[in-house]
Amino acid sequence: MDRRSFLKAGVGAAGFAAAGVSAPAYSQAANRTLRFVPQSNLANFDPIWGTQYVVRNASAMVWDTLYGVNDKLEPQPQMIEGETISSDGLTWTFKLRSGLRFHDGEPVRAKDVVASINRWMPRDPMGQMVRAIQKELVAVDDTTFRWVLGSPYPKLKYALGKTNTPICFIMPERIATKFDSFTQITEYVGSGPMKFVKEAWVPGASAVFQKFDQYVPRNEAPSWLAGGKRMGVDRVEWVVMPDPATAAAALQNGEVDWWENPISDLVPLMRRNRNIRLDIADPLGNIGSFRMNHLHAPFNSKKVRQAVLAAMSQEDYMRALVGTDDALWKPLPGFFTPGTPGYTEAGGDILKGPRNMDLAKRLLQEGGYNNEPVICIVAQDQPITKAQGDITADLLKRMGMNVDFVATDWGTTGQRRAMKNPPNNGGWGMFHTWHAGADCVNPAAYNALRGTGQQAWFGWPESKGVEDGVTEWFNAPDTAAEKVALDKINTAAIDDVVYAPTGFFLGYTAWRSNVTGIQKGPLPFFWGVNKA
Amino acid sequence: MFAYIVRRVLATIPVMAIVALFVFSLLYIAPGDPAAVIAGDQATPDDVERIRASLGLDRPYLVRFGAWVWDIANGDLGVSIFTNLPVSTMIQQRIEPTLSLMIVTLILAVSIAVPMGVMAAWRQGTWIDRAVMGFAVLGFSVPVFVVGYVLAYIFALELDWLPVQGYTPLSRGFWPWFENLILPSVALGSVYIALIARITRATMLEVLQQDYIRTARAKGLNQSGILFLHALKNAAVPIITVIGLGIALLIGGAVVTESVFAIPGLGRLTVDAILRRDYPVIQGVVLLFSFIYVLVNLAIDLAYTLFDPRIRY
Repeated sequence: MDRRSFLKAGVGAAGFAAAGVSAPAYSQAANRTLRFVPQSNLANFDPIWGTQYVVRNASAMVWDTLYGVNDKLEPQPQMIEGETISSDGLTWTFKLRSGLRFHDGEPVRAKDVVASINRWMPRDPMGQMVRAIQKELVAVDDTTFRWVLGSPYPKLKYALGKTNTPICFIMPERIATKFDSFTQITEYVGSGPMKFVKEAWVPGASAVFQKFDQYVPRNEAPSWLAGGKRMGVDRVEWVVMPDPATAAAALQNGEVDWWENPISDLVPLMRRNRNIRLDIADPLGNIGSFRMNHLHAPFNSKKVRQAVLAAMSQEDYMRALVGTDDALWKPLPGFFTPGTPGYTEAGGDILKGPRNMDLAKRLLQEGGYNNEPVICIVAQDQPITKAQGDITADLLKRMGMNVDFVATDWGTTGQRRAMKNPPNNGGWGMFHTWHAGADCVNPAAYNALRGTGQQAWFGWPESKGVEDGVTEWFNAPDTAAEKVALDKINTAAIDDVVYAPTGFFLGYTAWRSNVTGIQKGPLPFFWGVNKA
Repeated sequence: MFAYIVRRVLATIPVMAIVALFVFSLLYIAPGDPAAVIAGDQATPDDVERIRASLGLDRPYLVRFGAWVWDIANGDLGVSIFTNLPVSTMIQQRIEPTLSLMIVTLILAVSIAVPMGVMAAWRQGTWIDRAVMGFAVLGFSVPVFVVGYVLAYIFALELDWLPVQGYTPLSRGFWPWFENLILPSVALGSVYIALIARITRATMLEVLQQDYIRTARAKGLNQSGILFLHALKNAAVPIITVIGLGIALLIGGAVVTESVFAIPGLGRLTVDAILRRDYPVIQGVVLLFSFIYVLVNLAIDLAYTLFDPRIRY
């Protein structure tokens, strides 16, 4: 027992005695509450309207999913009892498992599922694909719904169970139909293992989740979004801490139990504390991105973009991000997440070996670079973009490019990167971002890799090779065919330089030694976590 | 006096109107897009555009300004773009920690800085004077967040006397409330103490040279009576002015202090809102701060009359 707890216990004992409550009972209640420091503020709580990761992470406790991917990236039934698929692969009939209830006490019915899917589809890349081929989505009875497609979509279960935002969470029909995908909900009723305590929500400071006693978990062992979501604590309190040093101190002091994403600078400090455990948070990690504007000079030239690949040192980027800890990064001569079945280095030679500044300069010349300013939009309030931006400014200068470094914040970056104007008229040349590795395991939700030109993600790359590969992947009948398609995508994406990957990096998560059951994964899973 | 107060209160209306116009216009022309933040990094430009339209951010300046002013005139500060909660509710959730922090800091700073300044003036040129001035220089020079980290390290991590972070409402008891405010108040108060101590010393030095002080000494009044009843009262006007001006310093410092000690106050609400471009929240909070500042200035003007009978309104 620490000093302050001891002092408090002395004072508390008298208080408990007066109140007729035993001190051990109070202690037990405290042990049933998990205090968690999330990666950022829970500023809104609609997982379809707001697709930030922090919203998804909180939502996974409150709303349940039809399927859930496990740690092998395989979709497993979650709310679904089973499904039947017609021989032509066009008609899917799903049956809900029994005992499912919303937090308001109402049973989960097929019509709730249909309404939720309809709200989810317009916001999700895979949902949009399904909607484009959908002929019918109807509730057959209270526990059965049918989905009829115009052409086969083998990845349907993956789409319904993936971890990428937006996840297809199921909410009551009255809410899902009242608010369209672009309007924020005001009632937070799910059927997941925890209820959201709206009255205790102070955006920017705290959020509270209370165990839902009527939740019926599956019998299987928990694995990511799949399996039995059994809560080991009665209450989860999210404590938002904008300052990493404060979060580290609070964890050391036992004021919080679990810190989602400690910064690498503070990891050595926490390693020295015997009451703290540290491990890689998400083996799928993140991919750093140097995103170029394909519409305007200089990066409208493929050779100029390739010059960046020839010159860039991923090690420089990664060390700027994670410091000297070699366990936290890997070079990435490609676009798919290392350690997953989709990983490939096909066509990635230009990113391997010693960096070739002479080649880069030659490519710049061949690409017709004429000293146009490269407007680098670098968000300073995001450590990941700031660190990458500093490396890029130096890199481009060494290549002989004319760098116009615009130091700004993430909110401004979000606005400016959407502008297609020429760089000298409010547009831009490049910006940095990063992609969660879970989003990059395959092309399903990988918007940033698409090469659809004006319809593509910011930067608007056009790559026929990538698009052909993506189509092949979606139609692939087996994993071997998928692998061929992924090789094709990777090769084309590097050749056209859809974007320049700056490397693969991981992060830690940290918790008190009295907490057990923390899973490694793309989001913090609270089921199975216990506190002694 | 009453007529003066009414005049001053009425004068706040055009001041607030100018602040409102200024804040709204500044936010309108400032870069940044809340729709892009809401949509997330994976969103397509079309998604962002649809969210922008659903929030009404695609409407012309005058339409948006007119709607906002109309709502304000009806006592409605609007709804947060991000949380969908009324701005007044968000302010209500956050005002207690910030007010608590400011009040405790103010009490702490005045009760330490004024005696320090008086002592330094009384013992001018001695080690006491030099120590007080040295402390003042330190208070000015060391940033609030550094003081905060050092205090947290010593008193929370090493000695384990006080909590590192957080806030407990006063309704849960005085000690839990006060316990969470000690370190932040000391950190935030350091620069404030330095400022007040220096001004008190300078003003007191001037007053202590006056003839009536010499007369008081000649009449055999004791030293503490001379210092605190006669000299300090006459030195009070500039000190009170600085205390009032320092409220702005406290508001600015509260932003940093609330972040370092994870206090869910208005400072953090403001920073979060600015980073996300949550326009209704920024506008609401800035209006509130402006109103508080106008009221503080009024209170200071009225306080002058307590210390200097020559001042009449």
